[in-house]
Amino acid sequence: MMAYIIRRTFYAIPILIGVNLLTFVLFFFVNTPDEMARMHLGAKRVTEQAVQKWKEEHGYDKPLTYNPDAQGLASLTDTIFYEKSVRLFVFDFGQSDDGRDIGYDISQRMWPSLAIALPSLLVGLLVNITLSMLLAFFRATYIDLSGVVLGVVLMSISSLFYIIGGQFLMSKLWHLVPISGYDTGVDALKFLLLPVIIGVIGGIGSGTRWYRTIFLEEINRDYVRTARAKGMSELKVLFKHVLKNAMIPILTGVVVVIPLLFIGSLVTEAFFGIPGLGSYTIDAINHQDFSIVRAMVFLGSVLYIIGLVLTDISYTLVDPRIRLE
Amino acid sequence: MQTISMTFLWTDIMVYLLVTVIVVSVVYIASREHLLAPWRSVFKRRLGMAAFMVLLVYVCIGLLDSIHYTRGDNPEIISLFDDIVVDLRTQEEKSYSAPFATHLFAKEMIELADGSTIRDYPRLQYGGAHLKNPQAEKSTDILKRSVNAVINGLLVWLLLMSLMLAILARRTALRWHEVAGIIWRGEGEYPWKVMAVTLSVITILIFLFTGLAGHYHVLGTDKIGQDVLYQSLKSIRTGLVIGTLTTLFMLPIAISLGIMAGYFRGWVDDVIQYLYTTLNSIPGVLLIAAAVLMLQVYMSNNPDQFGDISSRADARLLFLCLILGITSWTGLCRLLRGEAMKISQVEYIQAATAFGVKHLRIISRHILPNVMHIVLISIVLDFSGLVLAEAVLSYVGVGVDPSTNSWGNMINGARLEMAREPMVWWSLVAAFGFMFLLVLAANLFSDAVRDAFDPRVQRRG
Repeated sequence: MMAYIIRRTFYAIPILIGVNLLTFVLFFFVNTPDEMARMHLGAKRVTEQAVQKWKEEHGYDKPLTYNPDAQGLASLTDTIFYEKSVRLFVFDFGQSDDGRDIGYDISQRMWPSLAIALPSLLVGLLVNITLSMLLAFFRATYIDLSGVVLGVVLMSISSLFYIIGGQFLMSKLWHLVPISGYDTGVDALKFLLLPVIIGVIGGIGSGTRWYRTIFLEEINRDYVRTARAKGMSELKVLFKHVLKNAMIPILTGVVVVIPLLFIGSLVTEAFFGIPGLGSYTIDAINHQDFSIVRAMVFLGSVLYIIGLVLTDISYTLVDPRIRLE
Repeated sequence: MQTISMTFLWTDIMVYLLVTVIVVSVVYIASREHLLAPWRSVFKRRLGMAAFMVLLVYVCIGLLDSIHYTRGDNPEIISLFDDIVVDLRTQEEKSYSAPFATHLFAKEMIELADGSTIRDYPRLQYGGAHLKNPQAEKSTDILKRSVNAVINGLLVWLLLMSLMLAILARRTALRWHEVAGIIWRGEGEYPWKVMAVTLSVITILIFLFTGLAGHYHVLGTDKIGQDVLYQSLKSIRTGLVIGTLTTLFMLPIAISLGIMAGYFRGWVDDVIQYLYTTLNSIPGVLLIAAAVLMLQVYMSNNPDQFGDISSRADARLLFLCLILGITSWTGLCRLLRGEAMKISQVEYIQAATAFGVKHLRIISRHILPNVMHIVLISIVLDFSGLVLAEAVLSYVGVGVDPSTNSWGNMINGARLEMAREPMVWWSLVAAFGFMFLLVLAANLFSDAVRDAFDPRVQRRG
């Protein structure tokens, strides 16, 4: 098991290198640092000195990939590629354009993101599984049919509508919770309630639909027929056999997103003013702070790859038929 | 007589290309029974048929809006659709006004005839301008016009229905009333009754809107006084372009790489797998955001490459589709790889290889036709997601150009007015409504397509 995890981690390295190269090309080749400096400085006629000064301040005043002036190994390390991209591998994200330490900001901001994303995921999972099991229990009846149609309708509604509608109803009309904001400790609860509820409701349509197909696929299997033939009640079949087996595909979908919960949701956090990583990214996009966006892209892929490894591991834990070699 | 000179925006050209592809494939499919059969079963489904008709209305508006030209010396690029709804486009008020309002939404200083000024809601320039005493006449006027529109709509519908009956009666060699009976009882091969009902709703709605829109702002006006109905209708093109052109860009990559990986295996497979795992491991929104940001910098540094404002907005829309396409081919590619792998094990492929048939020919003759159902299903499934994504991306600030009409931009603009008391709700409701209808129709249609094409779905009846 341990050997598998280690080997799987090694497989992730080339992918991370690929992501790193891709972001480097995207951020430094499509537009050179000179062009970025000009854009940040704004005005049409920017003096060469101003560009140089901006580059110096932000550490972009080096050659991109190879420094012919430096000696030996330094000709490779004294470059933008080494300073800005290679250092991402040790999670040294450097400084944002306004001089803050990105690594510190991320470590501070991931907790509010998690505080919203984790409850949304767990409650959503519970609600979706319950609803889809209900539909599977009433399969091929009008309850099932109307549930499926309702699911399509819910799926067709924009996520922005759920947020705006929820804010309007709960905060503006009924004054139940504050419209947006965040606090630490127990006080955070009243700020978290609405985003979590909206996150769950927004996911019901697609989630229930997806889980329903999984349940129906399982329900048509032979072992279910055997269980019924033995005289097992339908409810017992559903909970003891179908649910357990259906958990395997459901788990794959869920485990892979768990690490990504730290990143949070861009839109939800921006709407509710949650100081998490999602709103951090949005602010960076709006201020065109590329070092933060670059750091988030890299962090996102690292977390995704961790999720893939965790998925493989969780497979063996829930499904003894799968052996890791 | 003003001279009309055609203007071809980049997205227009791509849209024409897409239409050509669709027309060619429809002609191709129509002459081959085995390809036609699953399509028949799509249209035999009631929901599939109704959804298709709604989509067709959207597509018609989108296509009319894709024919651009300039008039005389006026450099403004307008579309054929703009000229059809010229009232909506030109009747601009000063600022916000509610649906069917006759007065502006906010109070202003008004100068009276005797020179004194009062603070009151000023009359709209166009909305209800024909009324002398709006308070007393408005509701009767609206009612009168609506009844008129509904009657006209019903008449046109009856005309269309009799046309349909006539055609059906000819084809089936039955009498009119017999055909009508079959339709009424829902016994025909196709869901004629659903078609008739959907058609009636569509015609009546079109007549209602055209009958009222000339005299009122049916969905109100926005901050700069533009008609919200006009904006919503113009946004249809943006939504459709994003939903379809993205697929157009994504398909060649996904199909060629997916089949190559599955067919050749070995190092080709390794490289392609590495490519899509790498791309896939970057969370979608972040990759799109990064790419669009870079594009923004490039465009602001090289403004002269992109012509005037509308061409620039158009270029940005095209690039957004391109970026979305490049970031979204991985899913389909993986599916195709698996399928191609399965198919290349089948005996007839081995036989073809043994006969010395070239790789390219095996792929184009044997593998490609056998994976087309997956491609088709994924096209229709992706469409609605892309339309929804546009709104979110515009909100995040990496969507279409702010000057482009799109539902995302409408929502984004209206969101800032949420705090106003009373609320300015009509822009939001209009944008969400139009988007919802399109996405719902697309979802229902894609369900019908999936059921008809996916061999894993058991055929009912």
